[in-house]
Order: sequence, then C-alpha cells, then structure tokens
Amino acid sequence: MILDILSWISIAIGAFFVLVSGVGVWRMPDLFTRMHPAGLTDSTGAGFLLLGLLLQSDDWLVSVKLVLIFIFLLFTSPVATHALAHAALLDGLKPWVRSRDKARDKDGEP
Amino acid sequence: MFLAAAAALIAAMILALARAFAGPTVYDRILAVNLIGSQTVLLIAVMGFVTGRPDFLDISLLYALINFVATIAVLRYVKRGRAQADKQS
Repeated sequence: MILDILSWISIAIGAFFVLVSGVGVWRMPDLFTRMHPAGLTDSTGAGFLLLGLLLQSDDWLVSVKLVLIFIFLLFTSPVATHALAHAALLDGLKPWVRSRDKARDKDGEP
Repeated sequence: MFLAAAAALIAAMILALARAFAGPTVYDRILAVNLIGSQTVLLIAVMGFVTGRPDFLDISLLYALINFVATIAVLRYVKRGRAQADKQS
C-alpha cells in the first residue's frame, strides 16, 4: 500500500516533468535554450517515471531492466546533447542574447 | 496512473513534434527527434506496465540504444553535408 502510494507520487512527478519539458521545447527562443528542457526528460522525467515503475515491479529481472534503461539514458543523453551543441556551434549558430538590437529576430539565426 | 503518465508523454510528444515541424534550423529538428525518441522509450516502458507485459522493456532498452546511434549518425551526416556544400560554393 505504501509502496503503491510512493510509486504513484513518483510517476506523477515524472509525468509533470515530462510535460514541462515538452512545453519548454516548444516555448524556448533558441536551440541552446531548448536543450535545457530537452535534457529534463532524459534526467528527471525518466528518473522519476522509471523509479515509479521500479516500485511496481514484482520480478527482479524487470527491475534490472528498468535500472539498465535509466543507466543507458544517463550515459547517452549528455553525449548526444554535447555532439548536437558542438555541431551547431561549428555551423556558426549564435546563442540567443537579449539585446535591444537583436530584439526583433526571434529565432536566433545568424 | 500509468495511463495518466502515458497521456502526459503523448502530449509532450505532440509538442516536440510541433517543434520538429516548426524548428528554424536543422539542429532544432534533430533535438526534437531525439527528444521524441527518449519519450518513446519511456512510453514503451509505461505501456508494458499498462498491458501487464513487462517484456516490452526489452524493446524499450533497444530503442534507447538505437535512438542514440541514430542521433549521432544524423549529426555526422548533416555536418559532412554542410562542409561539402561550403566547399562547392
């Protein structure tokens, strides 16, 4: 019973963070600012969701698979994000800054 | 509760899909596709618990690996394409 309540709370927090991440990716003004909410799904959303599923699992093999999924996400997500930011910087994409001159171009394109 | 988590994941996937359509640069689209991939990993895991078949976790694990490899491959393709385009022009 207590485990059920804990797992529901954890799943609710994870779903909230996933939703916030989606809204952030849609609303942020720039690629480099959009990477921040995109990483929220991989770290906090996946962490809490998989923790909630882990508290519901009966079999130990299921638990090991859930932990393994989280470890893979934890290792691959920063590498992919770093490669993306590096490629974008090499391509000449300028980070978004709030200044009076550039207040008109919203998309941060060079 | 699992269904609520699945609904939140699908709503976030719709928002990321809108970003993939609207993104001004190629990198925005790659970021959105990467995000949709990791949301799909979580969605497959949650749906495995909804239907009571935890075998779905194998598919989820495989999808996480393929998502990472696909992102790196598309990034390399885009970088090489840009370099050659600059060289030709």
